[in-house]
Amino acid sequence: MTALQIWLYAIVGGSFLLYIGIAFWARAATTGEFYVAGKGIHPVANGMATAADWMSAASFISMAGLIAFKGFDASVYLMGWTGGYVLLALLLAPYLRKFGKFTVPEFIGDRYYSKAARLVAVICLIVASVTYVIGQMKGVGVAFSRFLEVPFEVGVYVGMGIVFIYAVLGGMKGITYTQIAQYVVLIVAYTIPAIFISLQLTGNPVPQLGLGSSMADGSGTWLLDRLNTVVTDLGFASYTGQKDSTLNMFLLTLSLMIGTAGLPHVIIRFFTVPRVRDARSSAGWALVFIAILYTTAPAVGAMARLNLTDTIQTGPVGEPTANVEIAKLPDWMNRWQATGLLDWKDFNGDGRIQYYEDKGLGKATLELAKAKKDNVGVEAAQAAFDKAQAANEATKFGGFGWKGNEMTKIDNDIMVLANPEIAHLPNWVIALVAAGGLAAALSTAAGLLLAISSAISHDLMKGMLTPGITEKSELMAGRIAMAGAIFLAGYLGINPPGFAAEVVALAFGLAAASIFPALMMGIFDKRANKQGAILGMLSGLIFTLVYIFWFKGWFFIKGTEMAANIPANWFMGISPEAIGAVGAGVNFIVAYAVSRVTAAPPEDIQHLVEDIRVPKGASMATGH
Amino acid sequence: MTPENRSAYWRANLALLTVLLVIWFLVSYGFGILLVEPLNAIQLGGYKLGFWFAQQGSIYVFLVLIFVYAWAMNRLDRKYDVHED
Repeated sequence: MTALQIWLYAIVGGSFLLYIGIAFWARAATTGEFYVAGKGIHPVANGMATAADWMSAASFISMAGLIAFKGFDASVYLMGWTGGYVLLALLLAPYLRKFGKFTVPEFIGDRYYSKAARLVAVICLIVASVTYVIGQMKGVGVAFSRFLEVPFEVGVYVGMGIVFIYAVLGGMKGITYTQIAQYVVLIVAYTIPAIFISLQLTGNPVPQLGLGSSMADGSGTWLLDRLNTVVTDLGFASYTGQKDSTLNMFLLTLSLMIGTAGLPHVIIRFFTVPRVRDARSSAGWALVFIAILYTTAPAVGAMARLNLTDTIQTGPVGEPTANVEIAKLPDWMNRWQATGLLDWKDFNGDGRIQYYEDKGLGKATLELAKAKKDNVGVEAAQAAFDKAQAANEATKFGGFGWKGNEMTKIDNDIMVLANPEIAHLPNWVIALVAAGGLAAALSTAAGLLLAISSAISHDLMKGMLTPGITEKSELMAGRIAMAGAIFLAGYLGINPPGFAAEVVALAFGLAAASIFPALMMGIFDKRANKQGAILGMLSGLIFTLVYIFWFKGWFFIKGTEMAANIPANWFMGISPEAIGAVGAGVNFIVAYAVSRVTAAPPEDIQHLVEDIRVPKGASMATGH
Repeated sequence: MTPENRSAYWRANLALLTVLLVIWFLVSYGFGILLVEPLNAIQLGGYKLGFWFAQQGSIYVFLVLIFVYAWAMNRLDRKYDVHED
């Protein structure tokens, strides 16, 4: 066993023991504890748990890489996934906490005095949460297989086992306290490498300031200016410049914000605090803890991009000796090549690597070789290659004798996973990053699983199918539903359906187009009624689903797309990921119009709305 | 609580929401997306200002907005005597 492996087993194993210890300490005895932790969580603690709940494997592992390669355009994720908390804090959380029940569908069912509305909400919740949890289980498997070198499936089984212990035993109470521990692990793991890299590049230990500082090499150049020069010299788009259309950026940001505010597993976290005013401040604390990672990520992305580019392009572009020799590549590149996240190919045979914008030549070369080998589509591949080669020749790079971008694969995830090695940090930091990635995936998975199991045991069973069920049986049903959800999530994590990669668009689109408008109208529009809410949710939902399926295939089945998923085909250039905001608009308009032409909601519902608008008289755990 | 008081409290709440959401819109959609080009002509240390708002500044403002909201609503609750405990 190497020193690194010992560190990995010690730190990852230690963090798991901690989570299990918390599980036994925080067992749930009542449905109130199981669903909403007895509504006794301090707002700061809830904020921390919400941050861990919210920040998934994607936030921890993939986001910095996304920023590194998209530059300014990736701002939509940074603003979208944080700005949603403003909507949540101002428009939903305090009122839903005042309402004082256990689940999101329960509010919709009561407010719109309709089991049908509740059922629509349950379906939206389950589809959004199940698709979302698949990605987390995959994240657990990936973290295990890359760091601990155990098979992917074994990693998923271990993750399922850990979540099973603390989620089934402790419900929301166990999940909350575990998430607090997981937040600490993940934020330490994320910021330590960032601090060191910022110090190395700029001399400033605060990454948020380092990104706006000058280089530590004595040149006095701003880091971002240096990065812009380096990438544009190699033909790439400017880092700080905009590439995406303004309308699409606008709508994508809005979709992510509304979707964030409408995701049930986030909303139910605000049911766990004691008072309405705690729900208000707790959203602020959640965003504090989220912002620590989200404001660090742009620095990690930009600095990793600069480091990577400088590693390959060691001198002026075009000088034959200014590219790194393949024999002298740093160790971390060779190590990560073995995982398939990073790869290169010496197209021009000079023994060095050229990393540049090649007009698709590198990809066309590989595809032509593959077509010739399989003897299918050789002509088309040859035509594409000729076109790319002519385009490459027309650039200055053709004149240097460069024959395609030789970095044939750079996975987004590499920017965080290999960060400690790029910065020459000790082994324990690498182990910490592994534990952090696992903490991010497990904490989000647990929150989603709770949302799913409470929708099944509380909304479907207690609320519709078996209303006479005792509290003890409901608690048992909740535990069984949780266990079932864990097995389903694990199964789907190991055998991911083809659409696993598309889930983010779907989960956010559903939450934005169906759940958020129904909740907001329920609070702010006293006149909103059953007919309006149901038709609004359905029209927003169907509109959004059809638009996503139109470009990604019906139910994500490949080959059933109605049109290729490219900007030229999109309606007004709006990508499927960004359509949720439009779906929300459809929902709002339909719900408003239908409510106005149908009967007003009954007297007691209007009183209910008046009641949730004022904090006084917020009850402790009710929920029946 | 009288119906007049109730609606005055709600109106004050909506007025506060409107102000805060206008700022929310301005720093993200305004400064970070729609006005990013002109703002990028201004430097904030090594950051172009529009880029800074899109990747840093908007998030800091979001934070302030939520805490200002929590503080102002608590004051409003006490003024209209609808606070808890």
